[in-house]
Amino acid sequence: MLLALKIKAVAAAVVVAAPFATSTVVPGGRGQPAAAGISLPELVELAPGTFRHRAAGDYTRNGAPAAAPMVEVRIAQPLRVMQRQVSGGDYRRCVDAGACRAIDDDAADRPAVQVSWHDAAAYADWLSRETGMRFRLPSDEEWAYAAAERFSDDAPAQSERPSDPGSRALARYASETSRSGGLDGAPRPFGAFGANAHGLLDMAGNVWEWTSSCFRRSALDAGGRPSGATTVNCGVRVVEGAHRTYVTDFIRDARAGGCAAGTPPSNLGFRLVSDDEASTLAWRMRRLVGLRG
Amino acid sequence: MITRRTALMGAAAGALLLATPALAGELNLPRERVTLVAPPFVHPHEQATRQTPKIVEFRLVIQEKEVVIDGEGTKLQAMTFNGSIPGPLMVVHEGDYVELTLVNPETNTMPHNIDFHSATGALGGGDLTLVSPGEQVILRWKATRTGVFVYHCAPGGPMIPWHVVSGMSGAVMVLPRDGLKDRAGKPLRYDRVYYIGENDFYIPRDAKGKFKSYASAGEAYGDMVEVMRKLVPTHVVFNGRVGALTGKNAMTANVGETVLIVHSQANRDSRPHMIGGHGDYVWETGKFSNPPETGLETWLIRGGSAGAALYTFRQPGVYAYVTHNLIEAVELGATAHFKVEGAWDDDLMTQVKAPEPITPGVQGMLDQPAIAPHRHP
Repeated sequence: MLLALKIKAVAAAVVVAAPFATSTVVPGGRGQPAAAGISLPELVELAPGTFRHRAAGDYTRNGAPAAAPMVEVRIAQPLRVMQRQVSGGDYRRCVDAGACRAIDDDAADRPAVQVSWHDAAAYADWLSRETGMRFRLPSDEEWAYAAAERFSDDAPAQSERPSDPGSRALARYASETSRSGGLDGAPRPFGAFGANAHGLLDMAGNVWEWTSSCFRRSALDAGGRPSGATTVNCGVRVVEGAHRTYVTDFIRDARAGGCAAGTPPSNLGFRLVSDDEASTLAWRMRRLVGLRG
Repeated sequence: MITRRTALMGAAAGALLLATPALAGELNLPRERVTLVAPPFVHPHEQATRQTPKIVEFRLVIQEKEVVIDGEGTKLQAMTFNGSIPGPLMVVHEGDYVELTLVNPETNTMPHNIDFHSATGALGGGDLTLVSPGEQVILRWKATRTGVFVYHCAPGGPMIPWHVVSGMSGAVMVLPRDGLKDRAGKPLRYDRVYYIGENDFYIPRDAKGKFKSYASAGEAYGDMVEVMRKLVPTHVVFNGRVGALTGKNAMTANVGETVLIVHSQANRDSRPHMIGGHGDYVWETGKFSNPPETGLETWLIRGGSAGAALYTFRQPGVYAYVTHNLIEAVELGATAHFKVEGAWDDDLMTQVKAPEPITPGVQGMLDQPAIAPHRHP
């Protein structure tokens, strides 16, 4: 049984026709043998870099809620990001393999939605096993780096009287209600929300994406720097999209407000990243073998 | 010493914010720390008080844990305040301050908070108390209105009903400083007080109709929401479990004693009824600034509220305290018992003659059918 699986995995890797892409490719332009192989989105390689980032999580200063600090984030290794979100069809292969929970819509041209963080993690594990290439969810910082100009800095709404809970609630409400327009509705075919500067499709469209980052609350010192007191809750993960939010990890549909805090995303989906250079080389080799064969 | 007034002025002025200490402004009032007890019991308290208002400190520790909710061993991945369903009753007097430390231990998996129906502002405190596992928060609110009130967890969106029907509700009782009164203003006192929290549970079933169990609350979530959305509970119980207040755990009283029964339901309507007794004075909507109704047979607890009933037992024996939707009471579990000791009052009730064979000819009319049985076509 194990042997059979292994053979299947190698065979699958061989027939994966999607090349390792360093530039964007129109999806569907290079079709893959649907029956035999694992359908994979193109990967877009992002060069290492440094950027300023609004840290995720809640912050307090002097025991009162405070704005999240801007931090400098360094992406030290090349980051390979799926050009599009994992599709319903991609995800179905994991379901068929008995490694993922079934979802309703397995369309190949639309993102898999109604997936929990656990579902996304299970898919990443399965895909890594099947391809021999390590896939994982991006961290919040990595997602922001990939989203580039599509990333929305959710600077907390500034209330006129930050120590006044009513004023804070009204400011937050105003900011949340102002952002909710126009992004509701069913998942659309890939590309409906266009590509960003890196050529990544549908970043910050109407499907939000799970990240690996846990919700954390940190205390800031007088200078606005983390003072060390932090609680981390990995039962709630950072979800990125048109705005950042925090969703309990077993929630599959956040439309009714599954967020632990903030405005609910219209849909929950995901895309994976890989930073596994060795696996990438192996994959390239297999591709060469595949082309020769 | 920064008084509440200066703290508020500081908040309004904005410029003084830097002077605001890490903790909200201190109140120059006496403090009392109360140790809560599990329902149906209630921590010791004065019914009327001559004390000036004070800060009453409570501590609730949230516990996610598996509980058994019926005699068949059906399991619920419960969420609780202080480990009990319902959470404990907190008693203060009008004008007191409730200062709650809400603890979410690291052993839990989910964020939780608390919405006090008796508190004013910030979603009943829910907006200021959301704590992740490993955190605690301190909230203080002023008890400005008297009555019995629900509190419950309300951590946002679909988490709200799910946490509530998983056990996270309880009640607060804010007594008038001079105690309870009847319609004419005559003081009413009680010898005992019991707090009955009612819960509706929604346990998913497998293909064979058997109740399913889950390793964690998160794994049960999807299935449970499906059951919840149909609005038909699988269990309606007092004190967290079928039979929690019957048999060995039945509540007790003596003839001549007056019992205050506080009944809360955070999610769904209920119709308390004391089988064999009454409600002498009933604050059906639970708020003591309204005169109590008197001599009731059944009263209504609106979902999301608590009510209070005062009753003086006049006969010994066993009383069933039920929700008088008898299907819920008998089939789904909403039955509690009172065991009452004392001397029987023949004047109130007498069995004139024990059951015996029917004496022929006495009533006549039942011996022969007056009209021939009618046959429907």
